[in-house]
Amino acid sequence: MKYIDEFRDGEVAKGLAEAIRREADPGRTYHFMEFCGGHTHAISRYGVSDLLPANVKMIHGPGCPVCVLPIGRIDQAIRLALEQRVTLCTYGDCLRVPASDGLSLMKAKARGGDIHMVYSSADAVTLAQKNPDKQVVFFAIGFETTTPPTAVAIKQAAALGLKNFSVLCCHVLTPSAISSILESPDVRDGGTVRLDGFIGPAHVSTIIGSRPYEFVAEEYRMPVVIAGFEPLDVMQAIKMLIRQVNEGRAEVENEFSRAVDRNGNQKAQQLVADVFEVREHFEWRGLGVLPCSALRIRSQFAEFDAEKRFSLDYQSVPDHTACECGAILRGVKRPQDCKIFGTVCTPENPIGSCMVSSEGACAAHYSYGRYKDV
Amino acid sequence: MSEARKNYVRPLDIRHGRIDMAHGAGGRAMAQLIEELFAKYLGNEYLAQGDDGALLPAAGDGRLVMATDSHVVSPLFFPGGDIGCLSVHGTINDVAVMGAKPLYLSAGFILEEGFKLSDLALIVQSMASAAREAGVPIVTGDTKVVERGKGDGVFITTTGIGVVAPGRELSGRYARPGDSILVSGTLGDHGMAIMAARESLGFESPIVSDTAALHGLIEAMRLSGADIHVLRDPTRGGLATTLNEIARQSGVGMMLQEEDLPVKPAVNAACEFLGLDPLYVANEGKLVAICAEQDAGKLLAAMRAHPLGAEAAIVGRVHEDAHHFVQMTTAFGGKRIVDWLSGEQLPRIC
Repeated sequence: MKYIDEFRDGEVAKGLAEAIRREADPGRTYHFMEFCGGHTHAISRYGVSDLLPANVKMIHGPGCPVCVLPIGRIDQAIRLALEQRVTLCTYGDCLRVPASDGLSLMKAKARGGDIHMVYSSADAVTLAQKNPDKQVVFFAIGFETTTPPTAVAIKQAAALGLKNFSVLCCHVLTPSAISSILESPDVRDGGTVRLDGFIGPAHVSTIIGSRPYEFVAEEYRMPVVIAGFEPLDVMQAIKMLIRQVNEGRAEVENEFSRAVDRNGNQKAQQLVADVFEVREHFEWRGLGVLPCSALRIRSQFAEFDAEKRFSLDYQSVPDHTACECGAILRGVKRPQDCKIFGTVCTPENPIGSCMVSSEGACAAHYSYGRYKDV
Repeated sequence: MSEARKNYVRPLDIRHGRIDMAHGAGGRAMAQLIEELFAKYLGNEYLAQGDDGALLPAAGDGRLVMATDSHVVSPLFFPGGDIGCLSVHGTINDVAVMGAKPLYLSAGFILEEGFKLSDLALIVQSMASAAREAGVPIVTGDTKVVERGKGDGVFITTTGIGVVAPGRELSGRYARPGDSILVSGTLGDHGMAIMAARESLGFESPIVSDTAALHGLIEAMRLSGADIHVLRDPTRGGLATTLNEIARQSGVGMMLQEEDLPVKPAVNAACEFLGLDPLYVANEGKLVAICAEQDAGKLLAAMRAHPLGAEAAIVGRVHEDAHHFVQMTTAFGGKRIVDWLSGEQLPRIC
């Protein structure tokens, strides 16, 4: 099919696998982190790692929107639905993320919460228009890709004069997560995680461009190759990373040039800047509290800010003690290193957030790759 | 795999748990609900067969097969069908995949106060013509009405009975290592037709539900003389979940070839667009057949000669595997598990 099958062609993959084998120096190993859950999913679903030589290792990164959402934020959304009786809308993956008291949004729905899965922020605005007697809250999550649509929804609601629409804003920023990984004791000199390069985000980069990753190459001497989410994109990016490492280069290269340029989508960036500003601090699951790593709604749109409208305070809640999602999100552990992986923690009964979304490292390994463990 | 409590599955929390949508999605959560609640209290040798219908003793030669299916599809009318014909086809198929000839159906209606009689008339007419075409009459029924807001228009439960000649019984327990796995046509048509018909999604597509009664196709397959071990209609949870059920019932593993799976380009595109996998999307007029390897060619030819099996394909093979994994060689050249449906993909699909 046009624009799908071309990027999944088995013959081309074989050729690329051969090229990677030729490129990789058998005398050393290569450790690359794919930042995005989209890449993690592609690698697992298409079996990309089966095509890589044994000395090229992929490490799953934290770029899965629901995986990095801390329990405290889901708790806020659940409280809005169950205590304030709002109509809560969010993206599908969010519904199953485990929160406090054994709840999730899906379970809160079974307890009577008016919770809807939407495919776009515009659906939430429509719901508010159609139900003027209900308070509709859009639980907005995700990296830079999903942020512009939330900005549009808020602007639309303002233009329509909606008094019953607000946004619980949990949008987070990719570059801060990357620097947090590079600054972490696990990765810095003497740490346990060896990193030789990053596969940079696909969809996020269509919005922010390749420029925001330049500090990774310049300050940390770490190669970055921005890649599309198709399996051939991933293979090509791996080949480019190996070449950078072999040649001692650390640059930001762009494999995904069919959709990404250096400056990104400036119209979308402007929309985001109009509506949002950077928060001083935001808690991430696994990475802890990171400075300047998330967005909040600007004061001129305060009436659409659910945190203000419903006077929500934020309480941090620790993860389940046996759950290794934190270490997995930082690349320190693999899903199969977790004691409760595949036993207590499964996609039906996720204990940690990485077992929820198909982009999460644990769910991807459980659903596609666990035959390798037995 | 972690060493702690291998093969441990967290049991249902009967004290505090509540039904959520995943319990009706056809995947592992539903299987657990059935196993730990329904089978636990209602269990008997017939329920324990674990198939889509029950094989029962009958007076004289042969056996009875009985199957039941409730229909809650939303919207009630969709491209290619409606809840009426769906409720007839679904139950006929559940009887037929047991190897039986479907004979009679019952129909129970739960109607919501305020439901339009004109819509009900369309649904009943559709049931009537589906039953007539299939040659399986609806011989008894029941009608209940609930207050406005306590239902969603109409829910229909149908029960079917059929007879199977001695030695012709089929079950999900009979897959053997070496067997071939066939499907009767393109995957995911029904689920994506429903998905596209849901107004909230706002996209248009040419996809039409495949809802159909399969007993004619099955009869043609039996006449080919092929040694068929298992038949099953992959409805909720799609082909992936159906194969996992069979793998568990038969205690085997399976290997699929991704490039052999038939999927319509429009279904593939819609799945891509919505982030779904056609392997998990419901079918209502397709079946999976597992047969002895040497008969696969003969069976495929018989299926392709029938209008409902024109796009049939051999898609994989059964092998020994103590873990009962269903795996797939991807068109890309790698390998992966094809797991049970987890959570809920499309609520109220049938």
